[in-house]
Amino acid sequence: MADTHGTVAEHAGHSQLRHHFDNMEQQFESATLGMWVFLLTEIMFFGGMFCAYTVYRSSYPEAFASTSQHMNPLWGAVNTAVLIVSSLSMALAVRAARLGQQKALQILLIVTIFFGLCFLGVKAIEYHEHWVDMKVPLIGGHWDYHEEPQFARQAQIMFCFYFFMTGFHAIHMVVGVGIMLTIFMMARKGIFSSAYFTPVEISGLYWHFVDIVWIFLFPLLYLIGRTKKIL
Amino acid sequence: MHSIPSVRTYILVWLTLTVMTFVTYLVAQVELGAWNIVVALLIAFFKMMLVILFFMNAKAESPLTKLFAGAGFFWMILLLGQTLLDYISRTWMPEGKMW
Repeated sequence: MADTHGTVAEHAGHSQLRHHFDNMEQQFESATLGMWVFLLTEIMFFGGMFCAYTVYRSSYPEAFASTSQHMNPLWGAVNTAVLIVSSLSMALAVRAARLGQQKALQILLIVTIFFGLCFLGVKAIEYHEHWVDMKVPLIGGHWDYHEEPQFARQAQIMFCFYFFMTGFHAIHMVVGVGIMLTIFMMARKGIFSSAYFTPVEISGLYWHFVDIVWIFLFPLLYLIGRTKKIL
Repeated sequence: MHSIPSVRTYILVWLTLTVMTFVTYLVAQVELGAWNIVVALLIAFFKMMLVILFFMNAKAESPLTKLFAGAGFFWMILLLGQTLLDYISRTWMPEGKMW
């Protein structure tokens, strides 16, 4: 590391320490804070969609409940469980990186990538079912809502929310898998140690954030109007 | 840097999250009227807090980072609160119409 004017950095003496930081601790705190700032912009991004969804759902509650019957809550629940497992393996990967366990870190990253791909696979199956079921608005010839024709127009709004919210979430998953592959390649080169694991940590923050978005999407999109009179 | 949580803690958090996913799936099938959405969102909120506090290890972050994380909650309360205040209160007007 070329360090032209940093005696402090030389004293701290880690090859991954950038010269504008005093020590590894400060560098780590700065990166974490920066990641949280990025996540705040993500909260604003998804928050806008959640807010619009809330407004339209409170306007057309029956139509939204009717539309939700065309989602498969079992797929939704399975995907929630899959994402939670991937979050567990991610958290354990960060832990392994902290402890300097190279082998465990690489295995756990692969496990995380695997479950991330499982999630995307299930999502692809669901999208295909909607396509066959003629429940894709905005695309000519793939919209038909003969089941409850009185809701046909509002149902298009709900399905637009569904495809935009799950679609943007899926894009975040694809990006997440790409990030994890990059982190895996870095881990294979042996860049990380108990003194330097910042990229693993902040990628983990991103992964968990995407998990949280799904934790809200699942009940809001899949579980409306499924009640049977039991009580 | 920070203290490192044990594997047992992570497994327990994961178990709780998985159980809560089942609970939210089952509760959604029970007729609770307007409470269905309240229960669903409370469970989702609880799951989110578990992920933030344990998986994201926000407990151990610096005060400044905690402040930024908290700003996210503040922003969502403003966004949802102010917007709903508008849409809900429209029907309170004598000649009120939603749109």
